Amino acid sequence: MIVEVNNLTKKFENLVAVDGINFSINEGEIFGLLGPNGAGKTTTLHMLATLIKPTDGNASVNGFDISKQSSKVRHSIGIVFQEPSSDDLLTGYENLKLHALMYGIPRDVALKRIDEVLELVDLTDRKNDQVKKYSGGMRRRLEIARGLLHEPKVLFLDEPTLGLDPQTREHIWTYVEKLVKEKKLTIIITTHYMDEADRLCDKIAIVDHGKIVVLDSPENLKKVLGGDIIRLRVENPNLDAVKKLNYVKQVDNLDGNISLTVSDANAHLQEILNLIGKVSSVEVHSPTLDDVFLHYTGREFREDDKQAEGGFWQRAMTMRARR
Amino acid sequence: MSELTGLYAIWEREFKIFLREKSRIITTIISPLMWLFIFGGGLGSSFSVGNFNYQLFLYPGVVVMSVLFSSIFYGSYVVWDKRLDFLKEVLVAPINRVTIFFGKVLGGVTDAVLQATIIMILAPLFGISFGLQFLLIYVFLFILIVGLVSIGLTIGSMMESPEGFGLIVSFVNFPLFFLSGALFPLNNLPEWLTVFTRLDPVTYGVDAIRSLMIGVSTFGLAFDFLVLIGFGLLMIGIGTFAFRRMKL
Repeated sequence: MIVEVNNLTKKFENLVAVDGINFSINEGEIFGLLGPNGAGKTTTLHMLATLIKPTDGNASVNGFDISKQSSKVRHSIGIVFQEPSSDDLLTGYENLKLHALMYGIPRDVALKRIDEVLELVDLTDRKNDQVKKYSGGMRRRLEIARGLLHEPKVLFLDEPTLGLDPQTREHIWTYVEKLVKEKKLTIIITTHYMDEADRLCDKIAIVDHGKIVVLDSPENLKKVLGGDIIRLRVENPNLDAVKKLNYVKQVDNLDGNISLTVSDANAHLQEILNLIGKVSSVEVHSPTLDDVFLHYTGREFREDDKQAEGGFWQRAMTMRARR
Repeated sequence: MSELTGLYAIWEREFKIFLREKSRIITTIISPLMWLFIFGGGLGSSFSVGNFNYQLFLYPGVVVMSVLFSSIFYGSYVVWDKRLDFLKEVLVAPINRVTIFFGKVLGGVTDAVLQATIIMILAPLFGISFGLQFLLIYVFLFILIVGLVSIGLTIGSMMESPEGFGLIVSFVNFPLFFLSGALFPLNNLPEWLTVFTRLDPVTYGVDAIRSLMIGVSTFGLAFDFLVLIGFGLLMIGIGTFAFRRMKL
């Protein structure tokens, strides 16, 4: 186990951000912490990165205790933060050199590795441009390259595609997959994008209110639902009648938005429509992680998530306005 | 050893940014020049202090003023680093926070010393020439700047927003400046004002620099030196403490 977490807890003044979580990660895995904003994902990551001290519990990374051997933990990990964390007045190359110096990498080794990681993220021909001239996706790639420079065992990616456009997200995902294949890295990723977790992760821990609600592979998580999902909008739904049907496994009602978990939806759709009342819209799909989240928490992802999406860019713009 | 390269890394980054931010260099030089030529020139045409033309008397004070403002303002870059996640990148590196603090101090000292040098190049315009004294001038400026940069960094480490930083700093800068004797001689002051000027550490910087430039001193170089060393050490102590406690 390259990462082991036991009863890890972080309390802030009047808030339990992380509430006694446990998990462990095998070498070479991509492990996802999936949950809405404020669920405690980033706090967990920061504790593992020794940036903040846990209130209770402990964890080890690459065999080192996060509380007692922070320097060794720091050498073992690379981290890409949620917000841009490169200096935009420096060039990409200079940001990498700065990182190499701070991590005490000998000069000749550093120069060679900088070229390697730049190549890996396709930034070689832009290395001498100031970072303020980079796009959001390029900046992310640079920061991923930087996180790899000191050859960490574990790479932490905190919302790696937050605020990026779909095409750039796809690129970042490809790079992440390449890293695991080529560098045999272990990766911990936090995200509130279901599709991201589904696509990349070997194991997913769904986190809500600081607790792990469920932990399994994406396939198993979806299998648990054991059927298809029917989503309906209904005025005055007759849920009791639907609940009696033996092929209906679960019924969730969110203000008239009904979500049914049904085995073989196609065969039974007509009967459900007949029973449930006046339907204004209907949609049938195979289970996604959204449905898994709803299944385990009884609610959809929180509304305020939408606002967070612009975060990366707003911060990047603030940075530019600064000087 | 790796702490030393870490120190160098932090300093080098600050220095590169300083060189790239032309606007920052220019604005910090313009304001002392306005004090010298407009304020000093204007008052100088009616007043003199002792045997000195007012502008000449003011000159050492303006040199100190330029380092005072730029040193303390330098702390705002910590706030900006915090605003981005660049500070996290530095804090998660396997180097000590005390090292980070000293790297920043050295960066701030470099900025302020370069700015003071630019103002001092103008000395001959005011009929001031210094021989080897300029080495001593740099020694005193260095000690003063270390203390002032530490104040700026301490405030920066505690603030969340650049606006908040600006607000606090204006409450710090102006008393330090006005009470320092940069603008007026310190003898003949009312008693209450005398007390406050003696409590201002910058007073001893102005006194030392004025003594080395035009030969007028209230306290004597040795006393100035001791006070400034004490001030520098105290502020370094407070600054390292603040950096250790700094939250993300």
